[in-house]
Amino acid sequence: MNLSKILKNGFLILVASLVLTACATQKKTTGQTQGDVYTGTDSVEYLASGVKDRVFFATNETVLTTASRETLRKQAAWLRKNSKINVVLEGHADERGTREYNLALGERRANSAKDYLMTYGISSDRISVLSYGKERPVDSGSTPLSWSKNRRSVTVKAN
Amino acid sequence: MLFRYLFILLVIFPIKAFALIEVDITRGNLNPLPLAISPLSIDEKSKSSFKKILKKENIGIEISAVVENNLKQTGLFNPLNKDAFLQKPDIANLKPRFEDWNLIKAQALVTGKVTFVDEKLRVEFRLWDVLAGKEMMALAFTTVPSNWRRVGHIITDKVYERLTGEKGYFDTRIIYVSEEGPKTNRIKKLAIMDQDGFNNKFLTLGNELVLTPRFSPTNQMVTYLSYFRNLPRVYLLDIETGMQEVVGDFPGMTFAPRFSPDGKKIIMSFAKDGNSDIYTMDLENRIIERITNHPSIDTSPSFSPDGKFITFNSDRSKYQQIYVMDSNGKNVKRISFGNGLYGTPVWSPRGDLIAFTKLHKGKFYIGVMRADGSGERLLTENFYQEAPSWSPNGRVLIFYRETKTNSKGEGFSAKLWSIDLTGYNEKMVETETDASDPSWSSLLGN
Repeated sequence: MNLSKILKNGFLILVASLVLTACATQKKTTGQTQGDVYTGTDSVEYLASGVKDRVFFATNETVLTTASRETLRKQAAWLRKNSKINVVLEGHADERGTREYNLALGERRANSAKDYLMTYGISSDRISVLSYGKERPVDSGSTPLSWSKNRRSVTVKAN
Repeated sequence: MLFRYLFILLVIFPIKAFALIEVDITRGNLNPLPLAISPLSIDEKSKSSFKKILKKENIGIEISAVVENNLKQTGLFNPLNKDAFLQKPDIANLKPRFEDWNLIKAQALVTGKVTFVDEKLRVEFRLWDVLAGKEMMALAFTTVPSNWRRVGHIITDKVYERLTGEKGYFDTRIIYVSEEGPKTNRIKKLAIMDQDGFNNKFLTLGNELVLTPRFSPTNQMVTYLSYFRNLPRVYLLDIETGMQEVVGDFPGMTFAPRFSPDGKKIIMSFAKDGNSDIYTMDLENRIIERITNHPSIDTSPSFSPDGKFITFNSDRSKYQQIYVMDSNGKNVKRISFGNGLYGTPVWSPRGDLIAFTKLHKGKFYIGVMRADGSGERLLTENFYQEAPSWSPNGRVLIFYRETKTNSKGEGFSAKLWSIDLTGYNEKMVETETDASDPSWSSLLGN
């Protein structure tokens, strides 16, 4: 009991210090990004009420954040209710990478979202993946905030 | 028939001249060689014949202008102003008065003559060493009149080769992606032009997104990525016939294609389930071979000119770095160890160097390193630039550069640029539209 409590506290302290380090290394807090993952709602559309259509990624990363996983769980719930709807996951990268690598990165991001939807019971037959690399930014700016909006996987109805 | 033109090339006089003039192209040339390009002389009858066919007042002057512009663009030569020339073109071609050319400080002189013979264009030209008072070279060509710009390029190749000791790169073409429209929804088309920007043609209509065209070694075919029917796949395009076909039957995205040096295979990446690996497809028997098998992103493959090795970039060490392996995928070695990320490695046609894109501290660089990773040299730094492609003689790199947009997200443009291996002579390559993903052809076969 005690030991696990200590461990738990220790873990919390560790987490707190990690968050602090992350904050310290973060260059600018815009209120719209965390780390450099976009957390705002610009450009976000909805598949249904409360079901966001996209998730965002950190630079060069394909890992889903807590917020992204929540969005995808809602998408999965919506897809389970609408079993006739198929989707395309469109993976994108920002403009700060080479074109060919970004195509692969976009594909990997979309698959990272696909895998998560599958773990929530959506059949892979209903999901296709399409990478656009850096070819279709939503924000044409050349700022870290614009780039964060462009690093995304968007779930689009296929039918 | 884009490429197969008839060229009859003959040496007028077999001359063994001593190379008295030498242009050193291995260093940045701050003192370009002053040379005079006397306009090709032309008789009145030929002049009016060509005027009728080509709608050019004086084709002799036009061809010389092609040569002059080519040589000027190298940064190695300083073509002198024609107003200062004392000797008339026809007389200069017979026997230059070297004192006159010496007076205006020309070290080399190009003279020549163009005539209309049997519906064809015949050009002879001579290269003279002014200081030594000697003829260095004399050549003649016959071709169809519509080929007149290529005649200018071939003359430039010969002059360049004679004066630098290196093969030229002027009778070549660039294939690239033409871009139009807003940054968020660019319309992209394949386009091809002469290396000096003339004779631009669009090869696709812009109905689907196209990327990364690359020439086959014989310049007849192009391999590229097309989003036809929203399925990103590697395609082959025959430039002469316009025939297109998808390369291989892959259940997912194929991208980053290039030809093998013998033109028999396409090497490319295939992405599936979040993993990109490198494959080859034999164009004759359609056999597909998997070259890498690693959970990381492996892409941008490029063969060494002897076909024995492949360079590519991979993020198997967490971030994008450059690797070299045997052509069968064995003996993978990382070669980039500097600070930052490295991508788009492309082997020099000479085999000694690999050009690359580097991203470090928010800046993009085009650089070169030896095939073992040593001797890294960065040639140019910018907000965004990538995808170098070598001139066929391995002396010049062409790449594309994108601009930063303003606070409203406006002002985006993409342009082609070139730079010498020395890091000198950086300049924009003019294109009709915005442009990216350039690929340089080999010499067209003069």
